[in-house]
Amino acid sequence: MNSANKTQTDNLFTPWLSNSVEPLIRFENVTKKYGDFTAIDNLSLSIYEREFFSLLGPSGCGKTTLMRLLAGFETVTSGKVFIGGVEMSNIPPNKRPVNMMFQSYALFPHMSIAENIAFGLKQEKRSKKEIQRRVDEMLALVQLEAMAGRKPQQLSGGQRQRVALARSLAKKPKLLLLDEPLGALDKKLREKTQFELMNIQEELGMTFVIVTHDQEEAMTVSSRIAVMGHGQVMQVDTPDMIYEMPNSRYIADFIGDVNFIEGEFLGYKAYSAVDSTEAGIGSETESLAAIELATDQSTAASTDASNSLASFTTVVHGELLANSEKVLSEHDQVWLALRPEKVEISKTKPTGDYNMIQGKVWDIGYIGNTSTYHVQLFDGSIIKAQRVNRNRLNKRSITWEDEVWLYWNFDASVVLTE
Amino acid sequence: MNVNRFSWFNITSLTLGFAFLYIPILLLIVFSFNESKLVTVWGGFSTKWYTSLLQNDGFMDAAWMTLKVAVVSATIATVLGTMAALVMIRGGLFRGRTLFSGMIYAPLVMPEVITGLSLLLLFVAVGWDRGFWTITVAHITFSMCYVAVVVSSRLVTFDQSLEEAALDLGCNKVSAFFQITLPIIAPSIVAAWLLAFTLSLDDLVIASFTSGPGATTLPMKIYSQVRLGLSPEINALSTILIVIVSCGVIVASLLTKRSALKKSQYEQQANASA
Repeated sequence: MNSANKTQTDNLFTPWLSNSVEPLIRFENVTKKYGDFTAIDNLSLSIYEREFFSLLGPSGCGKTTLMRLLAGFETVTSGKVFIGGVEMSNIPPNKRPVNMMFQSYALFPHMSIAENIAFGLKQEKRSKKEIQRRVDEMLALVQLEAMAGRKPQQLSGGQRQRVALARSLAKKPKLLLLDEPLGALDKKLREKTQFELMNIQEELGMTFVIVTHDQEEAMTVSSRIAVMGHGQVMQVDTPDMIYEMPNSRYIADFIGDVNFIEGEFLGYKAYSAVDSTEAGIGSETESLAAIELATDQSTAASTDASNSLASFTTVVHGELLANSEKVLSEHDQVWLALRPEKVEISKTKPTGDYNMIQGKVWDIGYIGNTSTYHVQLFDGSIIKAQRVNRNRLNKRSITWEDEVWLYWNFDASVVLTE
Repeated sequence: MNVNRFSWFNITSLTLGFAFLYIPILLLIVFSFNESKLVTVWGGFSTKWYTSLLQNDGFMDAAWMTLKVAVVSATIATVLGTMAALVMIRGGLFRGRTLFSGMIYAPLVMPEVITGLSLLLLFVAVGWDRGFWTITVAHITFSMCYVAVVVSSRLVTFDQSLEEAALDLGCNKVSAFFQITLPIIAPSIVAAWLLAFTLSLDDLVIASFTSGPGATTLPMKIYSQVRLGLSPEINALSTILIVIVSCGVIVASLLTKRSALKKSQYEQQANASA
């Protein structure tokens, strides 16, 4: 549901597709080393105004370092960082148009909530009246008016998180950095706060850059996500593109659940969606013999990838077909990445144009709204298929040890070469 | 395990332990109210030694000198020791850091006699008249190390992101230190000052080496008096010191208890408002 919403808003807000929009943040070939360890490795990245941008990755991937470079707590080893067109290397943290919300919240324990929020404004020597007005505004924004006089230790985790947010927003920075802002909250509160953050960001029209290791969080809140690994950006895209069109196995595996089927590229096959039922490809995919057949056919087929299907052989599953915009050459090693929810499962052999694999139900992971069927193929490997539990559990037609067919549309999988 | 909490064995060892610790002190207090001039013979209740103590200029001068030395040396040692701790904890891994930190902690284990002697040699070599300032400088040198240890143990657990947050909100480094770091580590600095203060009050060896004519501290005075023969005045003086120290301990424990109570109240409020 979220990704559908996102797609709609993305149609309205896509500064990264425009050549004329100047990015708010620009990393240019940035490298950061700690001794021998390279935290950021020759990274370039642009983030635009009003974006809710996520830096996502496992711990140690360099995402926090990247954020600290923006805040000014670290300096680059080589390369340049621009904020609003200004090069930042000689500008200390207190002179940057940036505020940060810390993972530990970093609330000052010896000051009241109101004093915490007022702290940044006091440093700017603003008038008492103005500070008071702004503090009240911020307290109202995070709904903590009644807590103004309390100390941070007198608040719950969720309230502290909101105080930290209010304090970092008080100076109206161009750019707000959020370092794992919801990491310390429990799941329910975290989900609620994600939407609060999105509303606040939209309301204030600010740019948010958030560091997180929680992929669901990144998917929910972001306009775009940069998935990081080994000090580099592996892919930058909208949440739906990251999920549906990952560019590597690293991304596909990091975001959501995925099956990988390894194989070898055979060639292209002409395919038209209109007369797909007449193509009869499904019947050819049962045996290894069909692969040779497929290879022969593919020589005659069009190599125009946009309206043809790439055909692959796998050691055990025979020939599989997939849409691919990639230009591949024969015998390339490829992986089909297949999301479990896109794999159908049936006890009877399906009719129609599908990739099909036979197997036996090895295990069923039941998590309430969905069940994940772990199907063991004849070579022992496991393919996961997910089903929404629309019926009551006792009406479940497929159970352990059942012989089943797994099948999926030709456009359900993504072809990956790395 | 709870069954035998008051077994005869536990009670005996408790009694013996406390007796061992406190009988000498109790005796001293009791004999300070002794009428008799003989320290170990009870001659009836009297407070006359307290009055004569207050009229004894030698003791009063020594007490005043000790207090002055303690306050001045503790204050300067606290400033220097805190600076040393900051550099050691925050300075990162500069070259020779281990050597420097070792050199800061070494005087803790150095025999006092050696510290005293080396300082005496220094003062003589420089030609500095021995008196108030030489004792004070000597006390600064050794109590500074204790301050550094106490303050750095607090700084280790100090959340660095608090200072970063202050920088982020527009402070420069100096004002971030004075507005954020200092107030938060203040309790440990106070504790370090008190430690330095007591160490200075307590010191006999180093003071004996570094003092000159006209600058006698209370421990030196008591020690020299005892060598000439025990006087009940010393019992009275010791009792006064014991009372002061006990008051300090009681106040400190009450404060700790109150802050613990406040903390648990805060936690309750936090849970209630969650």
